[in-house]
Amino acid sequence: MTATAERPAEIGQARRRKEDARLVTGRTMWTDNLTLPGMLHMAILHSPVAHARITRIDVSGARQRPGVVAAFSGQDFKDVQGTIPCAWPVTEDTVVPNHPSIAVDQVNHVGESVAVVVARSKAEAQDALEAIDIEYEPLPPVLDMEAALADGAPLVHPDLSSNKSFTWEFESGSAGTGRAIDDVLRDADVTVTRRFRQQRLIPAFLEPRSTVVQPQGEGVTVWSSTQVPHVLRTLMSLSLGIPEHKLRVIAPDVGGGFGGKLQVTPEEFLTTLVARRLGKPVKYTESRSELMMSGHHGRDQIQDVTITATRDGRLTGLDVHILADMGAYLRLITPGIPILGAFMYNGIYKFDAYRFVCDGVFTTKTPTDAVRGAGRPEATFAIERIVDELAVELGMDPMDLRRKNWITHDQFPFTTVTGITYDSGNYEAATDRALDLIEWDELKKEQAERRARHDTVQLGLGISTFSELCGWAPSRLLGALRYAGGGWEQATVRVLPTGKVEVVTGASPHGQGNETTWSQIVADRLGVPFDDVEVLHGDTQTSPRGWDTYGSRSAAVGAVAVSNAALRVVEKAKRVAAHLLEASEDDMEFVDGKFSVRGTPGAEKTIQDLAFEAFAAHDMPEGVEPNLDAEATFDPVALSFPHGTHLCAVDVDTETGRVTIRKYVCVDDVGTVINPLIVEGQVHGGVAHGIAQALYEEAVFDDDGNLTTGTLVDYMVPSAVDLPSFTTDRTVSPSTTNPLGVKGVGETGTIASTPAVVNAVVDALRPFGVNDVRMPCTPERVWRALQGGTR
Amino acid sequence: MTQVDVKVDGVAYRDDVEPRTLLVHYLREQLGKVGTVVGCDTSNCGACTVLLDGRSVKSCSVLAVQADGREVTTIEGLSGADGALHPVQQAFHDEHALQCGYCTPGMIMAACDLLRDNPDPSETEVREGIEGNLCRCTGYQNIVRAVQRAAKATVTS
Repeated sequence: MTATAERPAEIGQARRRKEDARLVTGRTMWTDNLTLPGMLHMAILHSPVAHARITRIDVSGARQRPGVVAAFSGQDFKDVQGTIPCAWPVTEDTVVPNHPSIAVDQVNHVGESVAVVVARSKAEAQDALEAIDIEYEPLPPVLDMEAALADGAPLVHPDLSSNKSFTWEFESGSAGTGRAIDDVLRDADVTVTRRFRQQRLIPAFLEPRSTVVQPQGEGVTVWSSTQVPHVLRTLMSLSLGIPEHKLRVIAPDVGGGFGGKLQVTPEEFLTTLVARRLGKPVKYTESRSELMMSGHHGRDQIQDVTITATRDGRLTGLDVHILADMGAYLRLITPGIPILGAFMYNGIYKFDAYRFVCDGVFTTKTPTDAVRGAGRPEATFAIERIVDELAVELGMDPMDLRRKNWITHDQFPFTTVTGITYDSGNYEAATDRALDLIEWDELKKEQAERRARHDTVQLGLGISTFSELCGWAPSRLLGALRYAGGGWEQATVRVLPTGKVEVVTGASPHGQGNETTWSQIVADRLGVPFDDVEVLHGDTQTSPRGWDTYGSRSAAVGAVAVSNAALRVVEKAKRVAAHLLEASEDDMEFVDGKFSVRGTPGAEKTIQDLAFEAFAAHDMPEGVEPNLDAEATFDPVALSFPHGTHLCAVDVDTETGRVTIRKYVCVDDVGTVINPLIVEGQVHGGVAHGIAQALYEEAVFDDDGNLTTGTLVDYMVPSAVDLPSFTTDRTVSPSTTNPLGVKGVGETGTIASTPAVVNAVVDALRPFGVNDVRMPCTPERVWRALQGGTR
Repeated sequence: MTQVDVKVDGVAYRDDVEPRTLLVHYLREQLGKVGTVVGCDTSNCGACTVLLDGRSVKSCSVLAVQADGREVTTIEGLSGADGALHPVQQAFHDEHALQCGYCTPGMIMAACDLLRDNPDPSETEVREGIEGNLCRCTGYQNIVRAVQRAAKATVTS
């Protein structure tokens, strides 16, 4: 049934996005745009202290204020609020503290909810917060991870025996994936050890989170600005005891997530508790400042990394010990984030032995969780930074050291020292292309000249040759990693009686353009016009099953389900066509949406004809049900491994410490590309996010545990003047782990770019004896590093 | 309460507002102009940018009473009466200058003001012109392209 299509394939076309029409005209359905009849507004009083017992709380004053309908403290919900669930206790003995939506008798980080007011208007609710009377008895803040693990340290949770949540270990000798690390460390010719610090980041999506809850009889409808409506439905049902079939979750248009909305939040639970208590619809929309304190943060790890090699530059061992700051509680996948990096520290290189040990540590700070890349940027940073440091130690060119040790294109599929098998790639091709595009040799020459003449502005050149794990995830693998959920994705394709097509996807997007790319896939599979396809998502009533959007999984898992469902529709249509045309199914040809009988000119049926015939169902073949509908669930058998080479040239002013990115080139290999425009956009945004970590962003707490970067004044999300234009290109090594050959692109840029930039900064300063600059590499940090030699 | 007379997207309104009401809250909550959105509380993000008598303002930094007797244009009033996209809207679509789209209304309004002052901006001038508007999705590169494309479209039309 194969034949050559005459119209150009949709897959691979730079289609402009369907989503844009409503977004560029202001006709978007953000959660905060929703107003329901009789809807009330909730405001939250947040803890101003990091760690304290609540000794007295009285909300009665707020109830007297104009427009106020109700006011509650944690006491009002202590028996019904359940706990914010953690779906990923990474070890058998992971300590998971109770995580109330609203504090009852103790607060454990600044920003934790302690009371709420519900009023007829948002302003009235906000005004009444000041009438709440609350007294705190301070407890010592717990801020430094190493101090938190020391004997006798004050405890974040006094009912627990320590501030450690878990220790997770991998060692190649005992896992049977390589030699014993201790043997390799002992026998090493050359050893380099470094401590890197992954600063704390705030996701900083543009749309603050918002939730509207409408109780109706036994039923509850929740609209929320979330990446994960399906996960939210199941976990809210389990935690709050709302029967799942009575709970509908809708994620309307969602204004960015970057992992920050991959969460089941205390605010969602609290809004639901309040709405059910009052029996009225309630909206809660947070301010940016509230979000920065209360929404989860990310990164925040101390990485102690040792790499060993032979004198001639063959990598032998990698030993990684990290402390990962959990913050005060474990949220949805808090403990899993550093573990996602465990299989990535070896990068694209061949090692004899590897060890990874991670301690999860509680502090009195905002909980951490996913931020774009989630564990993999940290790992990639560590390996790409320390390979540069090793190159210096060996007196080798850093690119030569990489070439000598990376997996070559003829070695795929390649099982690494972690036991994971990389599907495909061509590091040589991507690197050669990137070196050409940036004109590396000319830059090297210029760098030598500027060094020789002691320019005050020095040129630094940074490399990042990275890979990452995408396509989360085979459910069996998630089970082995102790994640509570699965990783499949579901889709339904329905050809309506008039020939238009509805696609239902469980991959609920928030800027990824799935409506466009899914339409391209279905248009190709069914031979229908791109504009005839509508994609439905983000509502558990219309799309009841799915695992949503994160971990660069939409295309690698969700799109495959869509494609498979469309192929099933074609199979069904073929049976109907053969029946109606009185031909054998084996003689049917399907080209450009039309079935014909091989060798019988004129005998044909379009898929639109067949849709109506199957809808009327007057003459269906034996055993075939009416309508051209099909469903598919795709559970990947393995992960996919995008890779690429990012090169960065920076000018560093040695008098002021200012870093300016002069050129940024990235050649990424994300497998088959469905829409090059969308892929390029994802790369741009990802690179910008990674540069932001390298140069600008850091969530800072003072000695009392106050977030001092709690607004966009202090937390430096880069603007257009802070970023360069990027030169992008691609190589294509299709994934072998899914039938579309796609690998995932949402996080590649973020994972790759941070070490490229920091390597460039350090390279510029190397002649001054500098071998590291702590992130973000602000002018002050760079200047201090120059004064001190190192750091 | 204070009475304001304000024209928004071509329609005249007379409303009573609390003197402390921000223009953005008046637009969203009283007029239902929810195309204009709020992204921060410190006037950094620019998501709420509208035109006030043709010049861009962050509508979180203007009181509704300050708009009395003046004309406001939001993203919802930018398209032509026939529904045709404004050249800046069209260019944002053509150049894939938006992903989640939350910053887009403000970014487009800021770009309109920039092009009014400078009909043919260089890349650097565009970047400086939209410095007050944050986007987390795009890395700005396609936004810069879109503004320059709109400039060309406006010049040639």
